Amino acid sequence: MPRVVVDVVMKPEILDPQGQAILGALGRLGIEGVSAVRQGKHFELEVAEGVSDETITKLADTLLANPVIEEFTIRR
Amino acid sequence: MGPRVGVVTFPGSLDDRDALRAVRLAGAEPIPLWHGDKWLDNVVAVVLPGGFSYGDYLRCGAIARFSPAMESIIDGAKHGMPVLGICNGFQVLCEAHLLPGALIRNDHRKFVCRDQRLRIENTSSAWTTGYAAGQEILVPLKNGEGGYVADQHTLDELEGEGRVVARYVGDNPNGSYRAIAGISNAAGNVVGLMPHPEHAVEALTGPSTDGLTFFTSVLQQLVAR
Repeated sequence: MPRVVVDVVMKPEILDPQGQAILGALGRLGIEGVSAVRQGKHFELEVAEGVSDETITKLADTLLANPVIEEFTIRR
Repeated sequence: MGPRVGVVTFPGSLDDRDALRAVRLAGAEPIPLWHGDKWLDNVVAVVLPGGFSYGDYLRCGAIARFSPAMESIIDGAKHGMPVLGICNGFQVLCEAHLLPGALIRNDHRKFVCRDQRLRIENTSSAWTTGYAAGQEILVPLKNGEGGYVADQHTLDELEGEGRVVARYVGDNPNGSYRAIAGISNAAGNVVGLMPHPEHAVEALTGPSTDGLTFFTSVLQQLVAR
């Protein structure tokens, strides 16, 4: 069964406090050179043959992501 | 008994009991509703309570929005039924697109729980007619994801149309844009509020009784109909 991947991240203009917390922890880990972290969500969908891009887009746009604050990308 | 006002219990709701109690103290008949039932039991107004519906999985309110009860509530709200979403209920209303914008994690990343001073800026919504314009009230605030965000255009529209129902007074507790604590839809029947008026309805258990006016306001609207 084909797998579709949907990645969801906060829009760049929306503050991501969790990403900032991770960035802070990286500093305490002694790792340098990382200037920003944005945390997102990764979905793996097992879909039947013939499920259209349109359907996946609708699913991502109505449930997996909130388009007010998030963006998504779909990979087949 | 007064008008029937429903309070929806989702799996993970916490404040449904207090909301039912506030409805009763205001003089309405409190009707418990279950998220899995499409039938709203002839209620004439609905409160969506605080808590962590569906464990806040995916996003706060994202799953609750698709519950059978919400189907009927979205339909009712579009036809003028008064709906008040408190805290998680506010998140559900935003996810359901009955209200614009969204609620994100507090900017300081910590859960906040305190008594909060608010200024009531809209006294024409179904839930705020009993307040005086500019009246300051004190009610509990408790949230981890209470930061209200929307794009500039939406924020300007909300302000221009007087749809900012309540604003935080003093320190902004959660990073909400323009210190917005609550908003209404264009018709004024749907209101979302991050702080908890249902916890401020009796001197014994709340910091004030300022919150009761949300519930008596809607009652007056319903009786006057």
